[in-house]
Amino acid sequence: MPKAFTPKVVTANALLEGDVIYLTATGWTRDLALAEVLTDEADADLRLIEASAQVDHVVGAYLANVTVIDGIPTPVHFREDFRATGPSNYAHGKQATRQQEQF
Amino acid sequence: MYHYTDFDAAFLAERNAQFRAQVERRIDGSLTEDEFKPLRLMNGLYLQLHAYMLRVAIPYGTLNSRQMEKLADIADKWDKGYGHFTTRQNIQYNWPQLRDVPDMLDALAEVNMHAIQTSGNTIRNVTADHFAGAAADEVADPRPVAELIRQWSTDHPEFQFLPRKFKVAVTGAQADRAVIKAHDIGLQIVSQNGEIGFKVIIGGGLGRTPMIGKVLYDFVAQADLLPTIEAIVSVYNLLGRRDNKYKARIKITVHENGIEDIRSRVDARYALIRDEFTGVDQQMLSRIESDFAAPEFRKGDDTPYHTAYQHDPLFRSWADTNIAAHKNPDYAIVSISLKAHGKTPGDASSRQMRLMAGLAKRYGHDELRISHEQNVILPHVHRGDLPSVYYALKAEGLGTANIGLISDIIACPGMDYCALATARSIPIAQEIATHFDALKLEHEVGPLKIKISGCINACGHHHVGHIGILGLDRAGVENYQITLGGDGTEDAHIGERAGPGFSADQVIPAVERIVMAYLDLRNEASETFLQTYRRLGLAPFKAALYPEARADAA
Repeated sequence: MPKAFTPKVVTANALLEGDVIYLTATGWTRDLALAEVLTDEADADLRLIEASAQVDHVVGAYLANVTVIDGIPTPVHFREDFRATGPSNYAHGKQATRQQEQF
Repeated sequence: MYHYTDFDAAFLAERNAQFRAQVERRIDGSLTEDEFKPLRLMNGLYLQLHAYMLRVAIPYGTLNSRQMEKLADIADKWDKGYGHFTTRQNIQYNWPQLRDVPDMLDALAEVNMHAIQTSGNTIRNVTADHFAGAAADEVADPRPVAELIRQWSTDHPEFQFLPRKFKVAVTGAQADRAVIKAHDIGLQIVSQNGEIGFKVIIGGGLGRTPMIGKVLYDFVAQADLLPTIEAIVSVYNLLGRRDNKYKARIKITVHENGIEDIRSRVDARYALIRDEFTGVDQQMLSRIESDFAAPEFRKGDDTPYHTAYQHDPLFRSWADTNIAAHKNPDYAIVSISLKAHGKTPGDASSRQMRLMAGLAKRYGHDELRISHEQNVILPHVHRGDLPSVYYALKAEGLGTANIGLISDIIACPGMDYCALATARSIPIAQEIATHFDALKLEHEVGPLKIKISGCINACGHHHVGHIGILGLDRAGVENYQITLGGDGTEDAHIGERAGPGFSADQVIPAVERIVMAYLDLRNEASETFLQTYRRLGLAPFKAALYPEARADAA
């Protein structure tokens, strides 16, 4: 029996800044919470192909597993958790931006 | 200090202009990522987990104050105000933006620095003993020949597409502080009947398949060194495996073919190419050697040292751990710890870089070194100036007295930054350091090298740590394997795996059990961890590490 398809997001790095980005229905976001959750395998494959074709903006697009908690996509693997947050030794990366937004 | 010639400066300017154009063409869409990636890697630019990373070479670990100040300026202007010094005597910037990198490279060129061949399947930054030119036990300064190799290998047309990366390290002393036996080529300057030459070791390396290097030649005369190295790399270039990335390093080539077979191939190649080396390289070497002439050491009063040593226990503790013997008895080699308890190993803020540059200028004949152990060295400090240096360092959080001790940990960036990592390294290092600092056991335990890698590639040298820690991904959870008894010195040895790994919150108690076992097992306080391990072997440490297994067996 084929393995059930688990929810995914398309993620990549931005060409200019190098930071982690996620595909939305209309473009890209730097915040995983705003990413488009893909629940259909064929749709996910198609969206990845579309994302990968945007070679002038993004680098290294791939599908990452998420679980949806209260409607918000959350990383499954710890690597994706770090990508969505930033390093653990300094409040740099996305966690820094998020703190600024809260202020 | 090597002085760039007009040729060097022009070469660098042209190379930077080429890369600037390549970046522009990537941004305007003329180049795809597949086309751009090898170009950016040749110039030290990686795309990591959260951002780009620029790896800048610090050839043989030597800097002057102007260069260190420039590294600080770059950190402030284009990064987040700090830099990370690595186990290969490089500095890495973790947050540059693509558009800024050409400007960063131009800024580096202003102080004769670059990021060329800090990545890719080429001959990488040539590393050396960080005490070079200062150590009391040195036969000769390894840096001139390291500079010669840097010039020879930079843009060498035959060696831009090797089967895999290729690392060379040089030491001028019998005591190996450059881990030469874990390099593709390790060179040791030796003296034979009054003649200076080189012991040539090849095929060492850590990573997936750790190997201790094997002696290819016991003595190669100085004039024959460059053709010998060229012959070695040439043989490897043809023979090294390109079918399997994991078998592509020269250590596998040597292992699969045998050192005798490799030696006969190198001999044959050497015979073919020797005449092409007409002696120009030796003329260049003598010019380089004059650039590395020792500074004019001054005579002076060392009373301030004795006074501070007698009256200030903190200074005494620092002097006892962070100072090494200089070839001039009036001088000392100062190791500045970038391992303050709880901080990221190898990181220095721009303020700290400027302070160290200023101290080098004022007290250190304008010289700084970066060690593969991720610390900074002031190689030439008059003993009378040691208290002034210490108090200035202490004020900027650089006065930690822990060189060679349990908190002087090598840690790779791990999954906090690196795209290849399988687990984090930095938080483990931070926790071990703060834990043993809180226990106030560090000085009681004595010399103990912990080395942590966040993946099997072993940038953190875990195989040669007295205690090595390897971070892995076990079914989606960070897991840490411990190896014991490794050694990266002239007695190089690959550590033994102790047993099953530990979760992130179990690994610090596990290290504590090993250290407590050592304190119980050592014959006397002067018997180091490594000596105790060598005397007793893995068994008693394993029993301490896995008490539940012992209970099960009982």
